[in-house]
Amino acid sequence: MIFLKTDEEIELLRISNQIVAKALAELASMIAPGVTTAQLDKRAEEFIRDHGAVPGFLGYNGFPNSICTSVNEQIVHGIPSDKTVLKDGDIISIDCGAYINGFHGDSAYTFTVGEVKQEILDLLRITKESLYLGIEQAVEGKRLGDIGNAIQSHCEAHGYSVVREMIGHGVGRNLHESPEVPNYGRKGYGTLLKSGMTIAIEPMINLGKRHLVFEKDGWTTRTADRMPSAHFEHSVAIRKGKADILSSFEYVEHVLETKIN
Amino acid sequence: MAKQTAIEQDGVIIEALSNAMFRVELENGHVITAHISGKMRMHYIRILPGDKVKVEMSPYDLSKGRITFRYK
Repeated sequence: MIFLKTDEEIELLRISNQIVAKALAELASMIAPGVTTAQLDKRAEEFIRDHGAVPGFLGYNGFPNSICTSVNEQIVHGIPSDKTVLKDGDIISIDCGAYINGFHGDSAYTFTVGEVKQEILDLLRITKESLYLGIEQAVEGKRLGDIGNAIQSHCEAHGYSVVREMIGHGVGRNLHESPEVPNYGRKGYGTLLKSGMTIAIEPMINLGKRHLVFEKDGWTTRTADRMPSAHFEHSVAIRKGKADILSSFEYVEHVLETKIN
Repeated sequence: MAKQTAIEQDGVIIEALSNAMFRVELENGHVITAHISGKMRMHYIRILPGDKVKVEMSPYDLSKGRITFRYK
């Protein structure tokens, strides 16, 4: 059952997603070698609660924390821990969710820690580009396969591989709703997109092979060949002509720019 | 947070249909129709109602699957 949202509901979703975007920016300013992922988690929870929202992931199907922190070869759903210390040359994907006014916001960004190898920087750049190519396809009248195909063809053209087991999802009153939004597919196949649908598009792209392994904690997924993996996520609303991006990387990128200077 | 999709799942056969199709109840309670994979047919692996099997699925069509393994 796919819920079509009214304009008012989409505005409420935008509020949730803007809190997530600001929380990610707050974390962006903290990321440095020596910081533990548990510190990031604590700060994220404080920030979300200060803005009157509730962390959307806390307790979701038993997930123990407010954010997912996936370092290097971890793909998604990494559990923050005070044993995981960020090192120079790491990449960390932070996936954050906030629940307010009955709606979930969901967005993710992959950050670099210190100096990172050029091949990994390329992976991050291509993954981010593919996300926006996918969003371009998220308009009324297209199909889910068009989104998947745009992401897949862009990433595979650069020699990367697309994770199959983890996919995007509808977002709204529940964190995970139908439809399922795979990051791969054939043009013209899948559910027809209608104005008012809200989906989270999240390409998870591996530098090596696409296969993944579940860690023993039941949540963390890492690449089978231990090569790095990138993950970017936007929540978007389907509209006529152009997709409406509800979350935002503007705050994050503003912080990252000022951090360098 | 990414959603985990049902690419490979275990299920139990509830009914044998014609043309090597079966009705399978998955672990999460959903009932789908599933075909035997060509490789299992080649090796004459028989499947009966009540058998536990591994089913492959695609997120694009959640009502169909492919049986790839029969547990002993």
